[in-house]
Amino acid sequence: MTELDYDKPMPPLNRDSKPFWDSMKEHNMRLQRCVGCGKIRHYPRPVCDSCYSMEYDWVRASGKGKVHTWTVSEHAFHPGFLAALPMTLATVELEEGVRVCAQMRDVEPGQMAVDMAVELGYEDTGANFTLPVFRPA
Amino acid sequence: MAGLTDKCAITGIGETEYSKNSGKSVAALQMEASLKAIADAGLKPTDIDGVIPYGNMEMVAEDFITNLGLPDLRYSAVTPLGGASAVAAIQAAVSAVASGIANNVLIPIGRNGSSGQRIGARAGEMPQFRLIGEFEMPQGNIAPPQLYAHMARRHMELYGTKSEQLAEIAVSTRANAILNDNAVMTKPMTIEDHQNSRIISDPLRLFDCCLESDGAAAVIVSGSDRAKDLAQKPIYIMGVGEGHPDSPSTITQRPDITTLGTAKAAPRAFGMAGVSHKDIDVAEIYDCFTYIVMCQLEDLGFCKKGEGGDFVSNGRIARGGELPINTHGGLLSQSHIVGMNHVCELVKQLRGSAGKAQVANAEIGLVTGYGDMGDGSVAIMRN
Ligand SMILES: [Zn+2]
Repeated sequence: MTELDYDKPMPPLNRDSKPFWDSMKEHNMRLQRCVGCGKIRHYPRPVCDSCYSMEYDWVRASGKGKVHTWTVSEHAFHPGFLAALPMTLATVELEEGVRVCAQMRDVEPGQMAVDMAVELGYEDTGANFTLPVFRPA
Repeated sequence: MAGLTDKCAITGIGETEYSKNSGKSVAALQMEASLKAIADAGLKPTDIDGVIPYGNMEMVAEDFITNLGLPDLRYSAVTPLGGASAVAAIQAAVSAVASGIANNVLIPIGRNGSSGQRIGARAGEMPQFRLIGEFEMPQGNIAPPQLYAHMARRHMELYGTKSEQLAEIAVSTRANAILNDNAVMTKPMTIEDHQNSRIISDPLRLFDCCLESDGAAAVIVSGSDRAKDLAQKPIYIMGVGEGHPDSPSTITQRPDITTLGTAKAAPRAFGMAGVSHKDIDVAEIYDCFTYIVMCQLEDLGFCKKGEGGDFVSNGRIARGGELPINTHGGLLSQSHIVGMNHVCELVKQLRGSAGKAQVANAEIGLVTGYGDMGDGSVAIMRN
């Protein structure tokens, strides 16, 4: 499959977040860290809101997190997700203190709970980018 | 800011027919509502010297100059806060009029939200949703019912809030719409009907979601000194405020995802107005989703965080209840006119011209806007 065949929304090219998406392709999620004060931030952006430094580097995410909240969608708002319904979308708080929104795998909707431990996984889309998913830890 | 209290009034309101298929252009709808508001105030189009078009750029100030023959527009602005735009525009209009920049500011909103392009389909193209477009839509987290379901689920898990409590909001709002001759939804709804409606994105069901509608509404903000000589009883703007939540562009990263920008706007609006919650006789609360109504009631301070489910139960928010809300039927059952229909309804309630849904002796009322993932706006008015 190529990008032309891909039937779901794709992340647009963004200079500030390219290292994040590159790390996803390597199945090795990296998060943006402020060089000035060490604060980790997500989604990627040019300025640290704590110390206003524009210097940053990228640190490897542990992949460990816990469920902050979730929804189980039974309606697809894009035809590309029809086959995925019902679709459990989780807001996960990573150990690093930032959150990631991703689909859950290997879980029944009734199992979902606040603070449930989850682990990051990677799914290559075939369209030259990789999405995060979570599974019960 | 207390210096702005009662300096301005809503002097005119105008609404088109609300429908699922207007058969008219957005321009025609907005001009019809604007001309009605101008006539309602007893003004002429040439008296309009300020305009705040809705920030989605479908219509710009130039369109109003051209269509209405405005000879000397002195003030234009946009308040790009999604569903919070209408009430935020009142704040902008009050500051322009009270400072002497303009005399009569027109605030129009209108669209073909049902027969035209769907709202959800547009979201990813809007700059305020750029982060969602990059980091959430590719995963399937695309439309407001999904994005807001994350908030509602967290609220339910933390505070024990129930879907049946959200149903109370949908049911009492429908009962009000049935009294309104200009409402799209006219069939009675029960709690069971709500509970039997299909899940869109758990915990939100179909009947937790607003309509998508065609139509337009407009209001005129004028200086209170001139308002007294116009056609209608002036409805004075006592207090107004807007607030943006932490992490305004993505709910995912918001430290407390059960709190909206409304929590920042409300103390400013109440402080400016110099009134307390028990003084509010009627409230028109932006209702894109039932959960958002409940959450705003908490953030406005009508009850504590987590107590919204109990607050909306047992008839408290129905007509004749302690705090009647959305007496026109709201976005849930009247029409989705981006909350300008809420502003028009509050003005009607305070004029005493709200027809069958009139709240007896309504003297002070509140209207909110909410939009773009958490922006809030609040206005308090009196007759
Ligand atoms: Zn820093």
